[in-house]
Amino acid sequence: MAKPKLKAHVINREWCKGCGICVHFCPKSVLELDEADKVFAARRSDCICCHLCELRCPDLAIEIETEQDG
Amino acid sequence: MAIKDYIRERFFPHIWCPGCGHGTVLNSLLRTVSQLGMSRNEIVMVSGIGCSSRISGYVDFHTLHTLHGRALAFATGVKLSRPELNLIVPMGDGDALAIGGNHFIHAARRNIDLTAIVMNNRIYGMTGGQYSPLSGHGTLATTAPYTNIDYAFDTVELATAAGASFVARSTTYHVQQLAKILKQAILHEGFSVVEVLTQCPTYFGRKNRLGSAADMMEDYKNNTTPIGSKAKKENPDLIERGVFVQKEIPEYCSEYDKIIERAMKGK
Amino acid sequence: MKTENIKFIQGNEACVEGALYAGLDFFAGYPITPSTEIAELLSRRLPQKGGKFIQMEDEIASMSAIIGASLTGSKVMTATSGPGFSLMQEALGYAIMTEIPCVIVNVQRGGPSTGIPTHVSQGDVNQTRWGTHGDHAIVALTASNHQDVFETTVEAFNISETYRTPVVLLYDEVVGHMRERLRVPETGELPLAERLRTSVSEGVDYHPYLPREDGRLPMSDFGGVHRYNVTGLFHDMWGFPSDNPKVVHGLLRHLVDKIQNNVNQIARFKEFYLEDAECILISYGSSARSARHVVEYLRPRGERIGLLELQTLWPFPHDIVNEKCANAKYMVVVEMNMGQILREVKRAVKNPERVFLANRIDGVFIAPRDIRDILRIIQGKGV
Repeated sequence: MAKPKLKAHVINREWCKGCGICVHFCPKSVLELDEADKVFAARRSDCICCHLCELRCPDLAIEIETEQDG
Repeated sequence: MAIKDYIRERFFPHIWCPGCGHGTVLNSLLRTVSQLGMSRNEIVMVSGIGCSSRISGYVDFHTLHTLHGRALAFATGVKLSRPELNLIVPMGDGDALAIGGNHFIHAARRNIDLTAIVMNNRIYGMTGGQYSPLSGHGTLATTAPYTNIDYAFDTVELATAAGASFVARSTTYHVQQLAKILKQAILHEGFSVVEVLTQCPTYFGRKNRLGSAADMMEDYKNNTTPIGSKAKKENPDLIERGVFVQKEIPEYCSEYDKIIERAMKGK
Repeated sequence: MKTENIKFIQGNEACVEGALYAGLDFFAGYPITPSTEIAELLSRRLPQKGGKFIQMEDEIASMSAIIGASLTGSKVMTATSGPGFSLMQEALGYAIMTEIPCVIVNVQRGGPSTGIPTHVSQGDVNQTRWGTHGDHAIVALTASNHQDVFETTVEAFNISETYRTPVVLLYDEVVGHMRERLRVPETGELPLAERLRTSVSEGVDYHPYLPREDGRLPMSDFGGVHRYNVTGLFHDMWGFPSDNPKVVHGLLRHLVDKIQNNVNQIARFKEFYLEDAECILISYGSSARSARHVVEYLRPRGERIGLLELQTLWPFPHDIVNEKCANAKYMVVVEMNMGQILREVKRAVKNPERVFLANRIDGVFIAPRDIRDILRIIQGKGV
């Protein structure tokens, strides 16, 4: 199976409460919180599409869209 | 269907605090239901009272938000009346094991096909941080200012002893395992119990100086271990994760169908 | 008349016959004297017609289970007595708030607390009205003989389905355990009310808690095509929690008005010799049997005495009682408690100082002799 290719970090800023769980556990330190305590992909190209941020987010606020998702 | 198709989007962002593990349980549950390809019309979620119980408002199933501790009793009525429906019953630790403790053990004993999810954050969050039956000896709470002298239940042992035919435990850190366990629990025919260790950074974490939500999840990573691991033998204090019980015994509603058959034959 | 329709049975059995006639599908209960025969009989009878019986771990769970079952479209019932009825108050309030039809039988025994389990009382009248917390309305019916037990049980289901409300059948130990004749009516002889289902089709916005103009609430069964929320919290027309003052006020008014505005429709009563009665006995349940006996005994002896037998206790039919008592010189409420219906009668009539109580509170059934003794005192004829 081909490695999934990142299309976008889809972040719902309305739903993100800035708890920092995704930032803390990202294996490649891709994510950071901005001044408003909302998550953003600071090092987008380092993302390996493991989806752990998406699976752990308590607010359903982040989604990793890959090429395979179409 | 995508997980967003299983929620009532208009109520988001939800009411839970930043970093509350309950959102992660919701997240895992939605993915599980989506992966199983279940229809929204065939799922009934029954919840009680407390932070955990608010989960039912967010999912686009048939949802029944009941009384504190009574969710399993309501769910028993729904299930026995319409056995073809899938019943998911998320409960808090106080909800399930203090006020609802009697309903919990009896639902387990009957082996009625309900999926009970005990969202264990070791505290009464909705009322502001009082100790629960799972807080444990030596913890702090607003009603245990000098430390708690109550000992905690072990949910897994309790459910097992009460006769639950599927018993498992995971945490909000171990999301892949959690989703897998939830899937097994939903598919299991009989009473299934999934205990999820879920952090309450606002009350339990703050009172007990456990740091942020992420710090509390680090604790789940470091203080738990797969069932029967070598690590457990070396450090008995580790909390085991995984499926503890999975046995095929006759399910209550199918057994009742046999009663109907006999009654109709006049035997 | 077909003889198989004639039975010689207990009141509790008559209640079971009535419930099955009304279409009972689901019963959950917990054993308690003097109601247990209802559970025993239904554990045998319900599965014979494909219905469900379950013995729960307590009365809290029993009440919860029948509410859950009712939501899926079943006609449901539970049965208990005083201590169990106390435990049911929590979920009874839930059924009121969520407007889920259910029937609760309370075969009364003496209280408070464990009280006097095998003896009669009518002490739960006010608990039925106000036992669960918060403002609310409730329907409670009763009966004094087995034919009426059968009919009021059927009527309880009809009212419960029509108004989407819990209905309490407030029987008592004497009626429950006494044996007498019952003729089970033919199918179709008594009208049966079926639940009003929504005609809103799949995919169209359904408002589970938006009453029609007549106050009725078309229902969609859980497991059907409409997914909605049910909660004991104040809720909007979709069933979602709301603390909007308008929503809260509107829902509470609806819950109370749908019952109170139909007091006369819900009121069931029987009258005996009221036309020219100077003295009206007002009674209900088993004590009405003794009251009736007193009336039948004294009428031929020239006393202008009559009986108003109430079958609907809540909502209390104040206007009907007032009207029936308008020409009487005095009223005597016959009941086996310390005056629970007495208070309502005093509130109903224009001359409350002319309302007296004939009661027993010692676990012994009030006999005609007891009532006549008290009547003589009221009439100034001495002891």
